[in-house]
Amino acid sequence: MNEVTIGVNGVLHRLTVDPRTSLLDLLRERLGLTGTKKGCDHGQCGACTVLIDGRRANACLALAVAHDGAAVTTVEGLAANGDLHPLQDAFIRHDAFQCGYCTPGQLCSAAGMLGESGPSAITADLETEPALTPGEIRERMSGNLCRCGAYVNIVRAIGEITETARP
Amino acid sequence: MRTFTYTRARHASDAVARFRTGTAYLGGGTNLVDLMRLGVATPDQLVDVSRLPHDQVEPTPGGGLRIGAAVRNSDLAAHPLVRADYPMLARALLSGASGQIRNMATVGGNLLQRTRCAYFQDTLMPCNKRLPGSGCPAVDGDHENLAILGHSAGDELACVATHPSDLAVALTALDAQVHVTGPGTTRVIPMPGLHRLPGAEPHRDTVLAPGELITAIELPPPPPGRSTYRKVRERASFAFALVSVAALIEVADDGTAGTCRVALGGVAHAPWRAFSAERTVAGAPATAETFARAAAAELSQAAPLARNGYKVTLARNLIAATLEELSR
Amino acid sequence: MNRVEAVDKVTGRAMYAYEQRADQAAAYAYPVQSATASGHVRTVNFAAAWHMPGMLAALSCTDPPELGSAEDPELALFTTREISYRGQLVAAVVADTLENARAAAAAVLVTIDRHQHDVRLRADHPGLYTPDQVNPGLPAATSYGDVAAGLAAAAARVDVTYTTPVQHNNPMEPHAALASWDAGGNLTVYDSTQGPSFDRDTIARVLGLPPGRVRVISPHVGGGFGSKGTTRPHAILAALAARAAGRPVKVALTRQQMFELTGYRTPTIQRVTLGADTSGRLTAVAHDVVEQTAIRTEFAEQTAACTRVMYASPAMRTTHRLARLNMPAPSWMRAPGETPGMYALESAMDELACAAGLDPVELRIRNEPVTEPDSGLPFSSRNLVACLREGARRFGWDGRDPCPGLRRDGRWLTGTGVAASTYPARRQPSRATALVLDGGFVVRIAAADVGTGARTALTQIAAETLGTSPDRVQVELGDSDLPRAWLAGGSMGTASWGSAVVKACEDLLKNEGALGSADTAEDVAADSSFARHAFGAQFAEVHVDTGTGEVRVPRLLGVFAAGRIIDATLARSQFIGGMTMGLGMALMEGTFVDEAQGGFVRKDLAQYHIATCADVQDVDAVWLEETDSHLNPMGSKGIGEIGITGTAAAIGNAVYHATGRRIRDLPITPAKLLA
Repeated sequence: MNEVTIGVNGVLHRLTVDPRTSLLDLLRERLGLTGTKKGCDHGQCGACTVLIDGRRANACLALAVAHDGAAVTTVEGLAANGDLHPLQDAFIRHDAFQCGYCTPGQLCSAAGMLGESGPSAITADLETEPALTPGEIRERMSGNLCRCGAYVNIVRAIGEITETARP
Repeated sequence: MRTFTYTRARHASDAVARFRTGTAYLGGGTNLVDLMRLGVATPDQLVDVSRLPHDQVEPTPGGGLRIGAAVRNSDLAAHPLVRADYPMLARALLSGASGQIRNMATVGGNLLQRTRCAYFQDTLMPCNKRLPGSGCPAVDGDHENLAILGHSAGDELACVATHPSDLAVALTALDAQVHVTGPGTTRVIPMPGLHRLPGAEPHRDTVLAPGELITAIELPPPPPGRSTYRKVRERASFAFALVSVAALIEVADDGTAGTCRVALGGVAHAPWRAFSAERTVAGAPATAETFARAAAAELSQAAPLARNGYKVTLARNLIAATLEELSR
Repeated sequence: MNRVEAVDKVTGRAMYAYEQRADQAAAYAYPVQSATASGHVRTVNFAAAWHMPGMLAALSCTDPPELGSAEDPELALFTTREISYRGQLVAAVVADTLENARAAAAAVLVTIDRHQHDVRLRADHPGLYTPDQVNPGLPAATSYGDVAAGLAAAAARVDVTYTTPVQHNNPMEPHAALASWDAGGNLTVYDSTQGPSFDRDTIARVLGLPPGRVRVISPHVGGGFGSKGTTRPHAILAALAARAAGRPVKVALTRQQMFELTGYRTPTIQRVTLGADTSGRLTAVAHDVVEQTAIRTEFAEQTAACTRVMYASPAMRTTHRLARLNMPAPSWMRAPGETPGMYALESAMDELACAAGLDPVELRIRNEPVTEPDSGLPFSSRNLVACLREGARRFGWDGRDPCPGLRRDGRWLTGTGVAASTYPARRQPSRATALVLDGGFVVRIAAADVGTGARTALTQIAAETLGTSPDRVQVELGDSDLPRAWLAGGSMGTASWGSAVVKACEDLLKNEGALGSADTAEDVAADSSFARHAFGAQFAEVHVDTGTGEVRVPRLLGVFAAGRIIDATLARSQFIGGMTMGLGMALMEGTFVDEAQGGFVRKDLAQYHIATCADVQDVDAVWLEETDSHLNPMGSKGIGEIGITGTAAAIGNAVYHATGRRIRDLPITPAKLLA
């Protein structure tokens, strides 16, 4: 067993953990923060996406013991003071979810993505800062699978927010 | 998952000193944790090397680039020097995995990721890579996305796995040098050359000895010419390559090809440097005919399996199309 | 209006089965599966597992538990040592943490005497038989007219075989359950299910309990697409494990385990034979299907049933034959029957259009039936022709040159394709209650919202009936203690539940505010004989790089006629969601069956490819006004499944138009285009 200190949504937690425990299971099983979802447990679906030190990551592949000292933001921490984060609000207005299971991961991924700079796999000119066109959003969000097929509305919701929100 | 002790190393020598049989070095964990959860990797000690002071990307005096092994994939892809001077490398990185995984994955760990062959990943299946002698069910089974070059399908310890890293393909084309430190040794391993073909030891993916730790990748100055990385896959994103190509070509004013580099992904146990193709192109007219001839020369060595012959066609077409695109 | 549970879903507050709490800390169960497709379990050895930390209980087929009825062999866990498929549950462990349970399960040693297995579906399989009926109670074979004569007389003929692979539902939420027994022997199961009432009944029956002693609670479900429509082994496992451990137990199947334990769509081999006269009118239609089922369980997908409703023909034959294989039992996956069947039929119609020199839209219009071809029943409403015409107009189909392989855009050859879609519009009995509470209304029904927006649609239906605004209506669902309701499936949810909700609200109004209740069983039984189907037309534009085999779909359009649309936003999301699944089906989905090893390979989301965000470009769905008074009080048709039914054929037809290559085996991958 290992001692770790991890900040989650601004609250510091000091815990003794089984080294095998993923950050995902730490959130869901130990801290009761079930907003972050387990879809595949192998980094292949993105439902477990959280922000670790401000950058989007798959919590299922992050061992809790390896993230001592990290600051984690989950979907529960996106909204400030009870207001919805602009992405959450946009997702509702654009009906960017159906069953809702991939949604927390989509939101954290989008929040992280908006803070990233540089080209993507589809950017023509590597040396520019590309505009977040629908095509760029689609490529950058491809690490988040949605079996209900809400992609069209997800891209619209994120597109509306691209200029105005940063995590 | 087997239980293990976890320690964080602060320096390379510290990491190496802790190494013993049953130890695995932990980078971003994007492949290792995956394999541990599958029961394929069963370390009893993890030494975390993700916070070693190997996180810098720096120009070298010779005009090249030195990349610390702990640099994250996304940071390397976004680095201005990489985008400006090694576009092939940036594109290879950006085509890999997902944004989340690129943020977590380290350069060193990426090179050492293991094959995604379905049988390798399932401990209830025979696999000569996991358990030499147990057999290779892929030869008669699901090999549509496995090797066409350099495999050992007909051998006693058959293995037709491919190496999944896009980064490795670009580094192979760029003649990268891999800096390694181990118990009592420090050495530089050239790429191609880090990854092995399966041969008689399919359980060994690389030439690294137990305990050796990658500390940095050094790139020579960028060769003249235009370069890119193209990855063909079954869906538009977030998928491993069927075949990928890292290509570079320099074309003189008179239309003659100068420097040419070609490396293939998705076709072999190691990233495949297409030396025959390069030799065919260098000094020849940079035309479609030359490129087709070069691709054919390289793929003449191919030994496709029953259901992956399409990769031969795909690799040939991709080499030719990419060189053409770079020559326009 | 926004979805009722929208804020809960975007804030992570919506709780799915595994996330619920029992009154005690739950333990964890982890399955042990057979690595053999056929055999007899000799021993199950827990010695090493019991030495591992945290072990609480062990379950095994060598120590069969007390169960009730064993009518579904998949659910009668651990009652047989006979192995019928690779992945079958042979044992399980219960431990105090997830990590301990997983590690202990890996330490269980199972020895199995292996028998020969047969996992290969082929058209000449010696064991092919015709089942008594196909899902859901339709005849396995139909025939009228003289097909042979019709084909002989045809001016244009098509005789082609289409094949589709194993497809897996793969909802984003893995199947999961939390089971707890109280001191009185009552069982509460938080389950991820498409039908709390049915799930409760099945769990009770399997465990040998009166239904009143079991409660299933399922407020939010992370998708099902059919795989959660019937009770799955994880729920029984949770209940048995909780009984054995003496405390609540939760189980979440891993993604890998889902491939063998939660059903899948059968692969199909479909021969479609069409004949048409010189004006393109069909003279004969035959649709002969070969598909698989399991050794101990029969599931017969109604693959050719769609052909019985689509086009007028003086002669028609449809047949289904099954092979029993050492594979898990296939089950429902979004639009069972219509999905693979329309792929083959609508692709064959495209081939017939080419053979007859007719525009594919025009061919379908010329064969529009007056009554349902096989049964002769009148359609309650049918507007396929209008959908085709409207879709053609919107898609720019007019003046389309049918000749393939002519259009190039850089490295891409481009093409367009069309296909019809259909899905039956049915309803099933359900009950509901409505009451006045705190200045508003509460409607109760054991329906399920698996992402369809049922909660929201029913809120609107109730509000409209009550003559009030939706914000004054609260719908309670997802609990088997609520009035018994049909499951979310067969696109029958809204129709079934809405009928009961309307009736209950009307009853409340009539009672002037006491309690309204309804049971639609009699109404449904009295539904007159009509052919009730939704129809649609789907158009696809594809770009194909013939050098690499890459296929991209820049445009997909669906035009549907599905009765009255309850909520435009929810409907559009459902249509597009179905079309997105159809895109995956066309280009990338398929689970490999390893014949030597006897089971599925590619058992995760990195190898089983579903569409990513980057694959989905311009996908749009619109609908036509359609009034139909023979359906239900809302005048609506189900829309959850029709979106997938025409998509794969539209894409495949577009690939042909782009390249001149007809790929008759899904998915259409680079490997096939480069072969």
